[in-house]
Amino acid sequence: MAEQVFWFFASVAVVSALLVVVMRNPIASAFWLVNTMLALAAIFFLLQAQFIGTIQILVYAGAVMVLFLFVIMLLNLGRGGSDLRRAPVWLLGVVLVGVLASQLMPLAGYTRERLALEYTRSPYLADPEMVFDSTLSAAQATVERGVPGDIAKPLFEQYLIPFELTSVLLLAAIVGAVVLAKRRI
Amino acid sequence: MTPELKGFLLVSVVKLLVVFTVTLVGVALLTLMERKVSAWMQYRLGPNRVGFGGLLQPAADGLKNIIKEETLPGTASGPLFMLAPAMAFIPALTLSSVIHWAAPLRIAFDFTLPLLGRFAYDALTPMAVADLPVGFLFVLAISSMGVYGIALAGWSSNNKYALLGGLRASAQMVSYEVAMGLSLVPVLLLTGNVALGEIIRVQQDNAIGFNWFVLPLFLSFFVFLISGFAETNRLPFDMPEAESELVAGYHTEYSAMKFSMFFIAEYANMVTVAAMVTTLFFGGWDIPFTRWDETPGVAQTLATGVVMFLKVFFWLFFFMWVRWTLPRFRYDQLMALGWRVLLPISLAYVMLIAIAIYLMENVLGLASGLARLAVLVAVNVVLGYVVFVSLDRGILISGSRGRRAAGGGLDRAA
Repeated sequence: MAEQVFWFFASVAVVSALLVVVMRNPIASAFWLVNTMLALAAIFFLLQAQFIGTIQILVYAGAVMVLFLFVIMLLNLGRGGSDLRRAPVWLLGVVLVGVLASQLMPLAGYTRERLALEYTRSPYLADPEMVFDSTLSAAQATVERGVPGDIAKPLFEQYLIPFELTSVLLLAAIVGAVVLAKRRI
Repeated sequence: MTPELKGFLLVSVVKLLVVFTVTLVGVALLTLMERKVSAWMQYRLGPNRVGFGGLLQPAADGLKNIIKEETLPGTASGPLFMLAPAMAFIPALTLSSVIHWAAPLRIAFDFTLPLLGRFAYDALTPMAVADLPVGFLFVLAISSMGVYGIALAGWSSNNKYALLGGLRASAQMVSYEVAMGLSLVPVLLLTGNVALGEIIRVQQDNAIGFNWFVLPLFLSFFVFLISGFAETNRLPFDMPEAESELVAGYHTEYSAMKFSMFFIAEYANMVTVAAMVTTLFFGGWDIPFTRWDETPGVAQTLATGVVMFLKVFFWLFFFMWVRWTLPRFRYDQLMALGWRVLLPISLAYVMLIAIAIYLMENVLGLASGLARLAVLVAVNVVLGYVVFVSLDRGILISGSRGRRAAGGGLDRAA
């Protein structure tokens, strides 16, 4: 049944993402984007990544999109025509979509076996059943360690340095934003 | 479908129906309670004509709202205008499904119905519709969705007052969500888990059966409660509505049942915040100073259900008490409080509690729950003094007299 549920949410995500682009009204676009985020969160839940799914809702659908909405409402956008439909801009869009789509193409060749091979980096064929936790055992592990433990352990052990570097980057962004926004501190 | 799956679905559907019915009826009664409490505080009688002592007033209100005319302003953006009340209503009701209303109960049955077949179920069932492993993160996530209803209502009405209300709602929600989320990190530090069932278990788990987090984490509780007021848009933080400035704020253009849905959403959010304060800081359904309630049984489930109800009821009363006592904040004061007071307090608190826990575990080597509780309470007394007396300098906490003494108070700070 999980597969049907996946296809349902996947199609919801794709259709909403299309509507984000197609909608004329920026508020409606923003709401379709929220819907895309929620569908993605549902897919994370299906993968037993409950923490990521919840954070996806909390951060993207909850906080980031509220700020988007805030800006759209504050600037009162979208009550007039747009000049994005003229030929050069339109062509640029097509080219950009083509480039991005071609970057996705290699993913089409991926199978479970190949993923397992790359994940283990072993020279021999790896059995995906051995490499990846089954859904059931992943769920069991989540119950035992608690949802945050699942994420926190690799983050603070295996990937501690990238994690800290990311936080330095974010700090730099915050400082930059404050400097740009405030002329006199 | 296997008999086990059918049994599980049956139990879930029954829990769903019970929780949502009780929540909706409770919300209706809460509107009556609000009016009664306000009347009591203002030395009036309140509604007392419909039914015994006014008990049927919510039913009369509901009936009126159903048969009233639904207005649709000519300038409003149709579909979004219709969608907004539902978007406020659905997250508010969804949240009541994760709250543990009583001690878990062992439910076992195995029977066969004609046409439907065999149902089998045998498990220790938590008294929540969904006992999610993501626990309070789910509550934070879904409650952050609630603002869309208000923001959308404000925008789609095409009315400047409504728009201002919607803008305020989104800014306020984003600001206070940060403080609220950070205030829950110490809870996570103490329990090591976000699941609500586990948080309740830890709060009854020491020698005297009383480890309510309000004692070791008082400042968290304080920040969470204030943010809860802001998140539910209750006075003194009901900026999106602010009838003295914005007519009726985001729901200025709404009438009849659509207006009523915003109202229900607000009260359902109140129930959620009250239940969350109870669960996170007051032991949930725990009966203090006894371990009797931890062994599953029907009597225990009933007793803990009553205790949970009383605690939630107290916090609901507290919400009303505050509403009819304090005046509304000014918008800039609200923002200053969120970003310049609550956020730094909760950030510093996370650091200090983490250091305290580290020292207790690795340096002092305190293993007993009571000793750790005592240390954390001592830490909180010191921090409480620093926050409420030293840093406050008599501005916020001690009220208007302190403000006069300090000369200007928040006005000066802002």
